[in-house]
Amino acid sequence: MAGERAVGLVRELQSAAGGRLPPFRAEELRQTLEEMRTLYERNQADVSEAKSGRTDLIFLIRFRHCCLLRNQRCIVAYLYDRLLRIRALRWEYGSILPNTIQFHMAAEEVEWFNRYKKSLATYMRSVGGEEGLDLTQDIKPPKSLYIEVRCLRDYGEFEIDDGTTVLLKKNSQHFLPRWKCEQLIRQGVLEHILS
Amino acid sequence: MAEAYFPVGPGLGPEENFLSLDDILMSQEKLPGRAESNLPRLAFALGQGSGAGSGDSIPEVTVGGNYNSRQAPRGAVQGGQRRSGAGHAGSARRGRGLRGAERPCFHRRYCEGLRGSKLEIPMWLAKGLHDSKRRLISVELPKIYKEAWRTVFSADANVVDLHKMGPYYYGFGSQLLNFDNPENPEIAQCILQTFINRFRRIMDSSQNAYNEDTSSLVARLDELERALFQAGQKGLNDFQCWEKGQASQITVSSLVQNYGKRKFTEMDG
Repeated sequence: MAGERAVGLVRELQSAAGGRLPPFRAEELRQTLEEMRTLYERNQADVSEAKSGRTDLIFLIRFRHCCLLRNQRCIVAYLYDRLLRIRALRWEYGSILPNTIQFHMAAEEVEWFNRYKKSLATYMRSVGGEEGLDLTQDIKPPKSLYIEVRCLRDYGEFEIDDGTTVLLKKNSQHFLPRWKCEQLIRQGVLEHILS
Repeated sequence: MAEAYFPVGPGLGPEENFLSLDDILMSQEKLPGRAESNLPRLAFALGQGSGAGSGDSIPEVTVGGNYNSRQAPRGAVQGGQRRSGAGHAGSARRGRGLRGAERPCFHRRYCEGLRGSKLEIPMWLAKGLHDSKRRLISVELPKIYKEAWRTVFSADANVVDLHKMGPYYYGFGSQLLNFDNPENPEIAQCILQTFINRFRRIMDSSQNAYNEDTSSLVARLDELERALFQAGQKGLNDFQCWEKGQASQITVSSLVQNYGKRKFTEMDG
């Protein structure tokens, strides 16, 4: 069925709730592109026939053209939405993605992610004076410089600005500067405790 | 609570958003139509013809017809065949005529794509093949946008299960206005009024259901209304969080949480 495979891709993406990135369906994409190529070739053949007088082919040509446009739309929307999700990963997760997520991305998407990281870093450096401004921090308005955190899982050694290292073991509590641990909290390693 | 994923939303009014996943799924819904001219290679397109090369695989174009209607097929249909389809004719008389896939004799008979044969085609195909001179196909309104259902909506819009009636009632209805149909102003008015009448309940329920199971509240809503409901819930949750003084607490991003859950299932499974 023309267009069914492409719509299946869109459906799967739509059902992945919460901006989650499902695995990249390279095989289905290849098959859809193959189908588009077949439709196009058949149309090419029919158009030359129709020009020489067979007007009854017009419906078929138009029909195949609609299918081609439909496939194109589904594929483009699929790829674009995935890029939106990958972009969200940079803001929510940080600059280093875990392997499980990278596994779901195509090579081109990983490339795009790296280039986006670089663009974002360049932009952040250009804003806010000499050192630049980390826009991915302070997503919520900060109330204090130092915060109390509890460790949710073993992470290992963690170095703070003044050189001291902290060992992050499960269930240990620490009083750390906010800007160092914000990312770890968002990643689920630490838990912010309100006093 | 800041979510960084902003998908392309559905279009408003008669224009769809090209990149919107919602709009793509909405335009996949079927609507009834009629072939306006003889489409002689419809058989070929359906993959049933004996032409060279297999037929183009096409979307489910179920071709069937009301056996008793005026659009009874002309041409090669024999009376004998008709009699053998008596069982089908019976059920067609009961008015459920459009199930071509379950009735191979109908399928074959209408494969010629004769003028006037009924079709059920997805919206994207209908929009693509439709033109103002109605040369190829003409579309009809699905029953939910017709007069009978319009009076139901005007009586009480809150009781209708819009999810069952095609989960994209508003979006699909807006797209229907693209086909010039004399009833368009009434359809548009009906869709608008339905939305106005149902909105109050959606807003109330979404703003007052905190930390509970909302499946019974959203069961009868269509997709647009469900998005509204979610927006309301999100506002409610944010407000409650602020009231509890948790607005400044840095939390795990929900995106990360979703990935974390997924990892567990992958490890177990």
